[in-house]
Amino acid sequence: MALDKIWVFAEVAGGKPAPVALELLTKARSLGGTVEAVAFAPDAADAAAELGAHGASTLYAGTDPLWGELLLGGPAADALATLIEEHKPDLILFGMTYNSRDVAGRVAAKLGVPVIANGLDVSDADGISVQSSVFGATQNVATRFEGGAPAIAIIRPKSFVAEPSGGAAATVTPVTSPIAEKHKSVRVTDRVADVAAGPKLEEAPIVISGGRGLGDPKNFELLDQLAAVLGNAAVGASRAVVDAGWVPYAMQVGQTGKTVKPAVYLAFGISGAMQHTVGMKGAKAIVAVNRDENAPIFKLADLGVVGDALKVLPALVEELQRRRS
Amino acid sequence: MKVVVCVKQIPDPNTTGQLDPTTHLLKRDGVEVVLDPGDEFGVEAGLQLVGAHGGEVTVVSMGPERGIDAVRKALAMGASKGILISDDALRGSDALTTARVLAAAIRREGFDLVITATESTDGYTGVVPQMIAELLDVPALTFAKTVEVDGSTLKVKRQTEEGYDLVESGLPAVVSVTAGVNEPRYPSLKGIMGAKSKPLDRLTAGDLGLDGAGGGTAGQSITSVEPAPQRAAGSIVKDDGEGYKRIADFLADRKVI
Repeated sequence: MALDKIWVFAEVAGGKPAPVALELLTKARSLGGTVEAVAFAPDAADAAAELGAHGASTLYAGTDPLWGELLLGGPAADALATLIEEHKPDLILFGMTYNSRDVAGRVAAKLGVPVIANGLDVSDADGISVQSSVFGATQNVATRFEGGAPAIAIIRPKSFVAEPSGGAAATVTPVTSPIAEKHKSVRVTDRVADVAAGPKLEEAPIVISGGRGLGDPKNFELLDQLAAVLGNAAVGASRAVVDAGWVPYAMQVGQTGKTVKPAVYLAFGISGAMQHTVGMKGAKAIVAVNRDENAPIFKLADLGVVGDALKVLPALVEELQRRRS
Repeated sequence: MKVVVCVKQIPDPNTTGQLDPTTHLLKRDGVEVVLDPGDEFGVEAGLQLVGAHGGEVTVVSMGPERGIDAVRKALAMGASKGILISDDALRGSDALTTARVLAAAIRREGFDLVITATESTDGYTGVVPQMIAELLDVPALTFAKTVEVDGSTLKVKRQTEEGYDLVESGLPAVVSVTAGVNEPRYPSLKGIMGAKSKPLDRLTAGDLGLDGAGGGTAGQSITSVEPAPQRAAGSIVKDDGEGYKRIADFLADRKVI
């Protein structure tokens, strides 16, 4: 069964589509049929060129200034449901991000259709199926949608590599359905950035993460020093230390945090709970330092050093400085 | 204030789960089960809010009969009432059915605020809170790392990719809280004893007017389960004081220095 129409829900900020939207468009193109994008942001129309260059022929854009002030989930689900009734897509792809999860969950409940989340791939060989990995990536599962259109799939970022199609800018079709009064009292009153300077965690070619084994929040400075000497590196963390309040949530790598696929991932004092490994096992190379030789992280490591991260880190920083000079 | 907290009993997250090869449902036999650690934050958030503003916390759970232990733990922490919806017809239900059942029970109970975790630690679908909110026609202030009620205004710090947003709405509403939002209390001995005499409703899908809902193949079905390809074994060395050199060499080999 070929798919006639696939939509990608694109989050747009500062006129730029979120990277995962371009990844999903790239995948959508390979599934065939018409590929279109939907976005709700005051400057959504500015994303038409980039979305078009990745395969979207049309961009349904809600550009009311209120989109910049309201929590996205409620009003976006209403507007999307109206568009779905009119245009009848077969499949809608969402990125596994905070706002997109809100929209996908609400629109599915509104329409009474199922959602499959945590996807790593999607196919339409025998009905529309989503591939995901469960139990700390020990098993791969394929789940098929059974009736009820559209199929709604939430796909983890970095599941596909975004590739331009060379397409022209998407034709912008304004979304005109008004935002209901009830949504106007659910407001974002401030936006606070919590991330360190330097490359973004999701984009850095080298990611250095710390866990409980660092012993104390102040020892994250050692990771910052290593990042500085390596350059092009971002610092991440395990859920345990984020929950303990050592570092901001924005640094969390794993199931409930970010997915990273760097050239090299260095894990210091991280045991390798499934919750964490799901977010980093796609790294090309993995280096782990942990005192416990039975730590599950060593099953993933290309190089594992059984030892104290607090001893290895300063020596490594010095060694790299020496080799640099 | 009437707070309803959704909780779930799950296989102990420190063990690796298994899917039954024929039914494709989670193997539950012989597996230790616990109150989802993520839900303890929700129960604690509810207890702190009613502690500050008055009112009661009701916990609601859908799951097999032995899920009663998870409800009892929340009662022992200080919740006033428990509701367990248990029905063979709901085995293997997906997120939407789960949300329909929970929303029906919450509507029947009445609420000012519904609190959930951001996702369960076993299923990780992470859309049930939003679905419940949609079915109840109220806002969903999701991924909250702090929750405050100021008069009739709900205020949360909502996690974002870059940091957090300050989000406000009126009540009633649904809030999903992240792990780490608070420090969940341990049930006291007095709490554990007292939990046994607290009201506990046991409901079926039929009691909620949801006969025929759910089941393992409603909406979606698992078509294959395969072991994931494993990474090739790497080289694991004991740090003899020169482990740092091995790492530096490794990085040089990979041309990142």
